[in-house]
Amino acid sequence: MSTTYTDKEIMALAAGRLVSNGDILFAGTGLSMLAATVAKRVHAPQAVVFFETGGIDPTLEELPLAVADPRVMTGTCMNSGLIDAFSLLIHRRLRTIAFLGAAQIDPYGNINSTCLGDYQKPRVRFPGCGGACDAMSQAFGVIIFMQQEKKRFVEKVDYISSPGWLTGGDARAKAGFKRGGPFAVVTNQGVMRFHEQTKRMYLHEYYPGVSPQAIADNCGFALDVGRAREAQAPSEVELKILREEVDPCRLILGPLPA
Amino acid sequence: MANCATLGDKLMSPEEAVRRFIKDGDMIALGGFTVNRNPMVIGREIIRQGKKDLHLVMHSHGQAMDLLVGAGCVARLELAYGGTGRFAPTGIRFRKAVQSGQVKVEDYSNFHMSLRFLAGSLNLPYIPCRSGFASDVLQQWGFGPELRGTGKIPRDKAIIGQNPFAQEDDPVVLLPALNPDVALVHAQYVGDDGTVRIKGLTFLDVEQAKSADRVIVTCEEIVPAHTLREDPDQNTLPPFLIDAVVPTPYGAHPTACHYFYDYDPRHLNYYRAVAGDDDGFRRYLDEWVYALDSQEAYLTKVGAADLINIRANTKVGYAPGLDRR
Repeated sequence: MSTTYTDKEIMALAAGRLVSNGDILFAGTGLSMLAATVAKRVHAPQAVVFFETGGIDPTLEELPLAVADPRVMTGTCMNSGLIDAFSLLIHRRLRTIAFLGAAQIDPYGNINSTCLGDYQKPRVRFPGCGGACDAMSQAFGVIIFMQQEKKRFVEKVDYISSPGWLTGGDARAKAGFKRGGPFAVVTNQGVMRFHEQTKRMYLHEYYPGVSPQAIADNCGFALDVGRAREAQAPSEVELKILREEVDPCRLILGPLPA
Repeated sequence: MANCATLGDKLMSPEEAVRRFIKDGDMIALGGFTVNRNPMVIGREIIRQGKKDLHLVMHSHGQAMDLLVGAGCVARLELAYGGTGRFAPTGIRFRKAVQSGQVKVEDYSNFHMSLRFLAGSLNLPYIPCRSGFASDVLQQWGFGPELRGTGKIPRDKAIIGQNPFAQEDDPVVLLPALNPDVALVHAQYVGDDGTVRIKGLTFLDVEQAKSADRVIVTCEEIVPAHTLREDPDQNTLPPFLIDAVVPTPYGAHPTACHYFYDYDPRHLNYYRAVAGDDDGFRRYLDEWVYALDSQEAYLTKVGAADLINIRANTKVGYAPGLDRR
């Protein structure tokens, strides 16, 4: 039988599958909330979600719509502030995984959430890096959500808000970073990873019904699709948990599939 | 009963607080975070008094910042993020003002800004960290040479230095401390001695207040000091750091205040719908800021139905089941 699902549903589930039990998850809002929550409920019950605002391990009975939503302050193991939250993000003993989104990404996972055009006179201004620059700099690892579009996957981002693998190879370590960097990019068509040595992005998985070529066509730089395999379709159980427990009001998921 | 008289001349109206403590050109730290505990009453009063050329400093800011920028009170901002999450992923007037060149922006990260306030609160000149190497956040400077090295703006945005204790190459980012002229804090409780208690997340309000030359605190309630002193572990700031205490019920509306009220999705959606258009925004200012010179008038306009809708459940701190679409 075939199960239908939306882009947002498979993105949340594909990212959720990358979470290991016991990971400490630095979540933003939107899809990252869903990915973290669904992972906790499906296969990683000991994963902990925390927010840069200082809410550590909230019950999340209702989905927060911003990292400063009062819902991140309820049922927590503790409430603190930004300094405390960042001390956890960058903690050398913790395997912290951050979920980020952006307007643009380049082949080495550097992302832009600041502006299009010249920084001094931007054509379009976005909110800015927030805590994403810090997560990319110092978290154990980062998962990035993107829409698979040519204008978003670009050879060179207009502004590096949050540094990924920089120019590839050992550029990141040379710049002064001790750990971290992006390890996956989850889009509405598939999941990208980064080459072990060159640190250039390649296609790791394409979703059922999507061809690797279609993904390459929606990418503004040359994307190696030679190593790609088909991703597992969302299971009935995963979808049920996502729809009935994680976001029953579909505040983030949006409309059900037609 | 709280004995407000013991607050003496620290107890004042929003009008007096802004008139006495904020002047044109000041560097102002905004407390709260995106949709939570924004100092809205003081923000609207700053607009009514027509303050100009302000320099806002903050980590991630939403509604108060957007309103102040839109009203033309702001010349410069240093921040990490301008928006209110899902309600306005990029601040509506913030975006317009940056794109048109109406304001100058210096971008940092949230951790950068947190550390800069922390350094200011500890009276340190600068502070090292390891965030943002090789990023444009550090390499691109929004403030030009005409601003750098003037007033409270240091000559350099940031400097890549070396850990002086390391044997080997160990680069660090050196960030200049921040000591704003004024910090604006909205708290749930202030004791009638001036002790401040913030419930829920404190964000960076403590460091912002301690780094500032003057501190204005608006609050939901003034309570007898002994009730705060019975559980001092819960308190946030000591009385002698506070210059003005301004009682303002629903003072963070339309942003949230934990255990008192949720954010107001209806108002935030309405703001998003009208603020993108210059005329629409002007009408918003006329209706919601200039025409209402007291918090009573403001809350009357918000209306009882909305206020009941967003009233927080006293056990969970927000409004469960609130329609947030």
